Amino acid sequence: MKKLIVILAAGATLALPVATAVYSAAHSNPFSAHIAARQGQMNIQSFNIGVLGGMARGNTEYDADAAQTAADNLAALAMMDGRALWPEGSDNAALGDATRALPAIWEDMGAFGAEWQAYGEAVSGMQDAAGGGLEALQAAMGPLGSACGSCHEDFRQSNN
Amino acid sequence: MRNLLRFILGLILLGGVIGWIVTAPDPLSAADVPARDGDAENGEQVFYAAGCASCHSAPEAEGEDRLVLAGGRSFPSDFGTFFAPNISPDPEQGIGDWSERDFLNAVMRGVSPDGQHYYPAFPYGTYGRANVEDIQDLWAFMATLPTDATPSRAHDVGFPFSVRRSLGGWKMLFSQDDWVVTGELEPEIERGRYLVEALGHCGECHTPRNPLGGLQRDAWLTGAPHPSGDGRIPDITPAELTWSASEIANYLNDGFTPNFDSAGGEMVEVIANMSQLPASDRAAIAAYLRALP
Repeated sequence: MKKLIVILAAGATLALPVATAVYSAAHSNPFSAHIAARQGQMNIQSFNIGVLGGMARGNTEYDADAAQTAADNLAALAMMDGRALWPEGSDNAALGDATRALPAIWEDMGAFGAEWQAYGEAVSGMQDAAGGGLEALQAAMGPLGSACGSCHEDFRQSNN
Repeated sequence: MRNLLRFILGLILLGGVIGWIVTAPDPLSAADVPARDGDAENGEQVFYAAGCASCHSAPEAEGEDRLVLAGGRSFPSDFGTFFAPNISPDPEQGIGDWSERDFLNAVMRGVSPDGQHYYPAFPYGTYGRANVEDIQDLWAFMATLPTDATPSRAHDVGFPFSVRRSLGGWKMLFSQDDWVVTGELEPEIERGRYLVEALGHCGECHTPRNPLGGLQRDAWLTGAPHPSGDGRIPDITPAELTWSASEIANYLNDGFTPNFDSAGGEMVEVIANMSQLPASDRAAIAAYLRALP
């Protein structure tokens, strides 16, 4: 009996640091709220781009109102002041897999800001085009994707 | 004993001579080059399909700046770090003083105007399969681009890889003129094969290499470790890339995956080129990828 208690106690003592580390990685880095929020923003953007892209690619019927709404949503997000979502230290060198944000963002915040600006311009172009017919929408997908990619190329960890 | 020494010396000499012959550059002859004026309009399409700007424009260049082929981008590898040279039409720092034949030899045979081998970081092994007319057209287009006076940077490659002559041996071992995907192909897939295997050089990143850097053609486009050492370049054969042809073609135009994530990394440069091609060319590349075993 005593042996069993000792073994259980030893096991718990060993398991606790591991469990804490795993839990920490998943939950309690000091920036988990910021990261969740900015990833959420990206997901909403992706969702609305999906509405537009689905029509552009012929997966769904073109609907001018729905397309305009999606483009307006992207514009609303692009105009949101999201600077507080990107605090110093919330990069993937510091936090590992919790985020894909590269340290490069903080090495050149001016360039990062410029990429957001460029994205805003591409979204503007989409806003002008989205309700104006399928061809206009299709033509605006390229510049939009190019703006997304341009930022990801420098500032987001590649999937490799 | 002296005869033995002489014999061994003779063998070494003979080996050297054979080695010298075998590693000799193999430039195009006059008969290989049709007598015609290059068409710069087609040359522009070749320029984007071949992706010249992605390696030869200045680091961080975007938009119109990608047409200024000032060089300077670095390419780390197992053999050292390569720096893309200035290939703008500048007569001193670029290639403005080259002849058309110099250009064809460089691009299709990997041989410089003074008879030196180029390193296969420059994908001449791929470009060698292109139609010589397309490369003539490319030369005509390149002459219309802006000049730039940035001097080219020397490669950071150590001995023995710094011995350019040895690349003659590399070429002999690993350069193959024939297509990877052989046989009778439908026109669209045949066009896709040309775009991928002769211009787009997708295989140079997406195909694994042997320890000497030669492409493993029997593992064509099945992915490879990233040359920087970090991570992996994906397998784009149907075994791993389950997207439809139209999803692939759309991605090559706007960078959006089927679930509307967006491309990052090196593919952003590729898509900047692919988006300049006609939609039929992107569809052809997609059809070719879907047709791979």
